Amino acid sequence: MTSFQIISAIFIGLAAGYVGSFMVLRRMALVGDALSHVALPGLAIAILLNINPFIGAFATLFIGIVSVWLIENRTELSTESLIGLIFTFSLAIGFLITPQSELLEALFGNISKISAFDAYLAVALSIVLISVMYGVSKGFILSTISPDLAKASDVKVAKLNFVFLLLVAIAVALGIKAVGSLLMGALVIIPAITSKNITSSLRGYTVASALIGLVSLLGGMAIASELHLPPGPVVILASSAIFLLSLSLTRK
Amino acid sequence: MGEEILKVEKLTVEFYGQKVVEDVNFSLKKGEVLAIVGPNGSGKSVLFRALLGLVPYSGRVTWQKGIKIGYVPQKLTVEKDFPLTAEEFMMLIGAKPKQEIERALEDVGLHKKNNGYGWLLDKKLGQLSGGQFQRLLIANSLTGRPDVLLFDEPITGIDIAGEETIYALFRKLQSSTDLTVIVISHDLNTIHDFSDFVLCLNRKQICFGRPHEVLDHKLLHHLYGEEMEHHHHDHDLSAL
Repeated sequence: MTSFQIISAIFIGLAAGYVGSFMVLRRMALVGDALSHVALPGLAIAILLNINPFIGAFATLFIGIVSVWLIENRTELSTESLIGLIFTFSLAIGFLITPQSELLEALFGNISKISAFDAYLAVALSIVLISVMYGVSKGFILSTISPDLAKASDVKVAKLNFVFLLLVAIAVALGIKAVGSLLMGALVIIPAITSKNITSSLRGYTVASALIGLVSLLGGMAIASELHLPPGPVVILASSAIFLLSLSLTRK
Repeated sequence: MGEEILKVEKLTVEFYGQKVVEDVNFSLKKGEVLAIVGPNGSGKSVLFRALLGLVPYSGRVTWQKGIKIGYVPQKLTVEKDFPLTAEEFMMLIGAKPKQEIERALEDVGLHKKNNGYGWLLDKKLGQLSGGQFQRLLIANSLTGRPDVLLFDEPITGIDIAGEETIYALFRKLQSSTDLTVIVISHDLNTIHDFSDFVLCLNRKQICFGRPHEVLDHKLLHHLYGEEMEHHHHDHDLSAL
């Protein structure tokens, strides 16, 4: 592995694990999974236009999260079912317009192609991501437990939810290069549920989730490069293995 | 008594064209305790949420300028494995010195064990008993040093002995800090001893006044009607 790959993996792993820990507390595990599929048409368009795939992925993810946010705030329709519609729709579109030769990479990732620019972008965005998430974490947790209590305490819940979805979109867009749009959901969710098994405080939980994200991504990529396998699936297998291990350590 | 702290005029809340709270009018002065009573589904919690500005309403709700409102919701469900300790929960709203948290806990009848609060504060929020959690919520709202406390009393959770200390606490705070309290109460027996005013709600405002003046048998029958029996029944069960 090159040093660019290693640096990217460290920061993307930390950021995905950290943001993922908050998604799990919001019971957004499946939203995150579905949301990652929205990146696919963006990736395809970026490939066709020959621009940086991160920008394409983030663009369609942004549209995706704005849709989710509007649905949450403006309608009484079930968010879940509409999310199901938007995300399968974008997966279908993405599948059709992604060039055949690039499809496997878009779906399962390929971090070996990471450039110096990609690596710096990953580092900078990950730092922003973690800092902003940490900054809003108290209000976020309070509004997760009780939106009423949060609003009564002057937490701007709707605004905060939007910021959070934005952070999720950035995390997903970052991780797609590494594990692909099909498996990105797992990279944000598995470290979090693993961490939940072995910690009891919020601080411990979020920090451990970030570290497990790092270990999964870096470890999975190292194994994949050693065995000449695609990194995405190996990363997910690595994080699943850590999850299984955590079950035996579960504190009650 | 002191200056007017809250004035409510023609307050009406509609959900989907249906009026769930209609034409409520009352005012409250600093240091007074108001109990809101009414059958299930009479709009008590909705009225609270309107007072807090959490739901859209018509009419007018005027709080005294610069007032600090503490809110204790009726029920919060936190999953047992939600990774948040009681201490972390207390720190979610504003940073507070440890002594202030400990004093608030002492006030609500949660006492030190082995010279500390580790037994409570290090526990996960979802693993506290209903009564402990409720007291923690009250302590949490008190650490913000509110001028007004809105307390949505749980139907169950705080045991009978506990309930008395909560009301004793309100009375103490009322005299020492001039705390104004608005409580949604399910126990008509405590209202006479504890509150200055009572507001009866059954979608519309049925009564407002001093408890001994407005709460008579006829009114209660009008207010609760058929449900009266159920109401008492519920209480018998929770006392067991």
